[in-house]
Amino acid sequence: MAKLIQGESGEWEIVIGMEVHAQVIANSKLFSGASTQFGAKPNSQVSLVDAAMPGMLPVLNEFVVEQAIKTGLGINSVINNTSVFARKNYFYADLPQGYQISQFDQPIVGEGVIEIDLEDGTTKDIRVERLHLEQDAGKSMHDQHPTKSFVDLNRSGCALMEIVSYPDIRGPEEAAAYISKLRMILRYLGTCDGNMDEGSMRADVNISVRHPGDELGTRAEIKNVNSVKAIQQAIDFEVARQIELIEDGGTVVQETRLWDPVKMETRSMRSKEEAHDYRYFPDPDLLPLHVSNDQIESIRATLPELPDQKKHRFIGDYGLGVYDASVLIAEQARADYYESVIPDGANDNDAKLAANWVINELLGILKKNETPLSQSPVSAESLAGLITLIKDDTISGKIAKDVFAEMYATGKDAETIVEEKGLKQVTDTGAIEAIVDEVIAENQGQVEAYRSGKDKLFGFFVGQVMKKSQGKANPGVVNSLLKEKL
Amino acid sequence: MTDLTNLTISDALKGLDAKDFTAVELTQAHIDAGEAAKGLNAYITETPELAIEQAKASDARRAAGKAGALDGIPLAIKDLFCTDGVQTTAASHILEGFVPQYESTVTANLFADGAVMLGKANLDEFAMGSANTTSYFGNVINPWTREDGKDLVPGGSSGGSAAAVAARIAMGATGTDTGGSIRQPAAFCGISGIKPTYGRCSRWGTVAFASSLDQAGTFARSVEDNALLLQSMSGFDPKDSTSADIAVPDFAGALTGDVKGLRVGIPKEYKVEGMPAEIEKLWEDGIAMLKDAGAQIVDISLPHTKYALPTYYIIAPAECSSNLARYDGVRFGQRVEGEDLNEMYSKTRAEGFGDEVKRRIMIGTYALSAGYYDAYYIKAQKVRRLIAQDFDKAYEQCDVILTPTAPSAAFAIGENEGDPIKMYLNDVFTVPASLAGLPGMSIPTGLDANGLPLGMQILGKAWDEETVFRTAFALEKAANFTALPQSIVRQAA
Repeated sequence: MAKLIQGESGEWEIVIGMEVHAQVIANSKLFSGASTQFGAKPNSQVSLVDAAMPGMLPVLNEFVVEQAIKTGLGINSVINNTSVFARKNYFYADLPQGYQISQFDQPIVGEGVIEIDLEDGTTKDIRVERLHLEQDAGKSMHDQHPTKSFVDLNRSGCALMEIVSYPDIRGPEEAAAYISKLRMILRYLGTCDGNMDEGSMRADVNISVRHPGDELGTRAEIKNVNSVKAIQQAIDFEVARQIELIEDGGTVVQETRLWDPVKMETRSMRSKEEAHDYRYFPDPDLLPLHVSNDQIESIRATLPELPDQKKHRFIGDYGLGVYDASVLIAEQARADYYESVIPDGANDNDAKLAANWVINELLGILKKNETPLSQSPVSAESLAGLITLIKDDTISGKIAKDVFAEMYATGKDAETIVEEKGLKQVTDTGAIEAIVDEVIAENQGQVEAYRSGKDKLFGFFVGQVMKKSQGKANPGVVNSLLKEKL
Repeated sequence: MTDLTNLTISDALKGLDAKDFTAVELTQAHIDAGEAAKGLNAYITETPELAIEQAKASDARRAAGKAGALDGIPLAIKDLFCTDGVQTTAASHILEGFVPQYESTVTANLFADGAVMLGKANLDEFAMGSANTTSYFGNVINPWTREDGKDLVPGGSSGGSAAAVAARIAMGATGTDTGGSIRQPAAFCGISGIKPTYGRCSRWGTVAFASSLDQAGTFARSVEDNALLLQSMSGFDPKDSTSADIAVPDFAGALTGDVKGLRVGIPKEYKVEGMPAEIEKLWEDGIAMLKDAGAQIVDISLPHTKYALPTYYIIAPAECSSNLARYDGVRFGQRVEGEDLNEMYSKTRAEGFGDEVKRRIMIGTYALSAGYYDAYYIKAQKVRRLIAQDFDKAYEQCDVILTPTAPSAAFAIGENEGDPIKMYLNDVFTVPASLAGLPGMSIPTGLDANGLPLGMQILGKAWDEETVFRTAFALEKAANFTALPQSIVRQAA
């Protein structure tokens, strides 16, 4: 469902490729033992290697390599048995070595594919070109002193995975779906926390436009897009800019542009004259990285069930719709919660009932209260208890909502609340019969009307009985008794 | 020269054990000799107080029966090895005043065995040079002199280390060899020195010049002393990914003197045009000595030899251009302030680096640039592989290779300065083995017409320093090189 833009010269197609930098979850950096904890005091997590002191040498963090392989497998990619670390040379104050150790022509992970979910319920495959490992730079701070810049090297040397997609993305919605799915996969794998606001996941968006069927247009690379929303906004702006430029007779320049979230615009970051020649070459301090098929397979064996697999299983095993399944698998903890809520020996109806309760009631109230699932006052176990009460007709669905509200407020379990408040559904035919008799006796006029053909009044009688029983009468018993007596 | 400063390390260890003298006496003798030989400019930083302190601790260890393999032996440490609390300059202005808070693995190993540090030896700036004339702290003078009285170079880049050992102001020294920086100065100074297999000694804490070539090694006045020093320095280091996790053999144990049946390869390509007759003679003498000792002489071919120098002068500068990017004035060393970051960089580096370093950074930057990378760097890497294959093939026919170490004896300061290419030719015999990562040793076997020492080079298979030592030991015995630098002779007289 490619989004086409109507311009003066006809329809325009948006072509997007993304480069995502994901900080690898690891206790220490890519080539040093320094800590990677976020938010520590400036320059408190810097080893001699990170500061590029004379004679210091990088030593590869093997756990990070496993994380990269895990991620590669999670995005259905080829893992390269041999990869090479290369130096990307440039000068900057927050780049102590004067080069970034990265991977250039031999990355650890090759081609793969990520399935994205579109709003209309369809899916689309976005191909991944590569994933490579590289060091992060430090952070320059220009606002701490009137004439000097300060440098914090805590981030210097942290491991990043750069995940590069092919230009298969066709508009802001697909871009948002891509980044969301990728982030979901990384979080499932535990290889990146995906926190875009802390900078542990950053995206560069390569955007071009063309008339459908034409060759690829010249792309601009947009940096500094730090949220899914910003990605969409930046794409909207940049696409409009490029179309206007071309239709006014201009040409798009291949350049890096910065997204300004305040002015809501992209602007040119560096001119051609400053274009870097990074002088990549294999880092002679590191040997080529060899990974055996056995290693790859043993890592594959540790992979968790991934979002798409889970979604398909929820649809297949529990009979859920695509939407419900997608909502439930969005976070691994949510999916786990849902699965613990489903009662033992459940059929499809029970599973759907559980899905409704998790999505509509639980997630609804959590969202309203801005409470994360991990801090929910209603545990999965106690929500399961409530659903069991509904399922075995102890309480009706309507009463259950009141019970749930009480559970959320007090943290008590459903059974206790039902017991305390005497909310047990009445299934005793004798008791209900007495109420039915009472209702019939008190509403002779309506009885006449019903008997003379006004069928719709049946609902009125049910309502009256339920009211008298304070909602506790079993609706099935009420129905059959009323039918019999009227 | 005193009796103590003229001892070999192995004899000094015996003397210390026999309580003939103490480590403090031994160290003090070398400190005094160093004072007298200050004119050589062999040291950038002398550490006499630290040396005496270490010597006292050594005497205490020996008294307690806990002496290490090199306990009490005073050494010169090339000022490329970072030493905890002692200024480390790489002979560059840009690192002047830099005091590391860490100890290189090689020096840590030596100190763990009880070695004493007399000071940080002078060298060519960032180990770039073949005459020790590029040091910011002044050139080093060879203790050997020629009849015309001109000051001679000690060779480079480890010129200070070689001069110190030859002048008896250190019993041994560490060096580093990237393209010949141990072997050529050893030959020029009439002592022996070995560059082991790449990966034998850790590079951690050694200021990098060209990472894929740099390798630490030793200088001493006997083959056996080199074996003792290298034993201590060698070994796997998890902090250096290119250091090899291979057991270190007993080097001194290889000094059997027996070379019967040893196959010695003589590469025809090393008979370069215009080779001085006396170098050719030296080579023939060396061949004859080994033959007499029972070795078998084999003619071999290393067909890509002539490409070694140009290959080296692409790869080494390319790596150096990147390795030296960290000297940017931001975190340590010299800084010259500028209007903005770029100006600070250019002013700092313009002032901090000398001409030869700048030249190599520029060559290397050019060789790695987009559009030239394939033609230079990639091509050079391919040729490097061919050169390594030459050796692999040759070693199917022989166990070691014998060649001259350098194409001439030490030359006068300034003699080769005008033409960098002529200077680079000094490395013509040493560079190929560096490119192949192979061990090589130089030992003095004769004198030229001017009475200056000449060295022979023994190259070995990877990880086979033992055979190199064994051959060198036999050649040392046969050559019986006893000549001394004129200054030492004068002192003795």
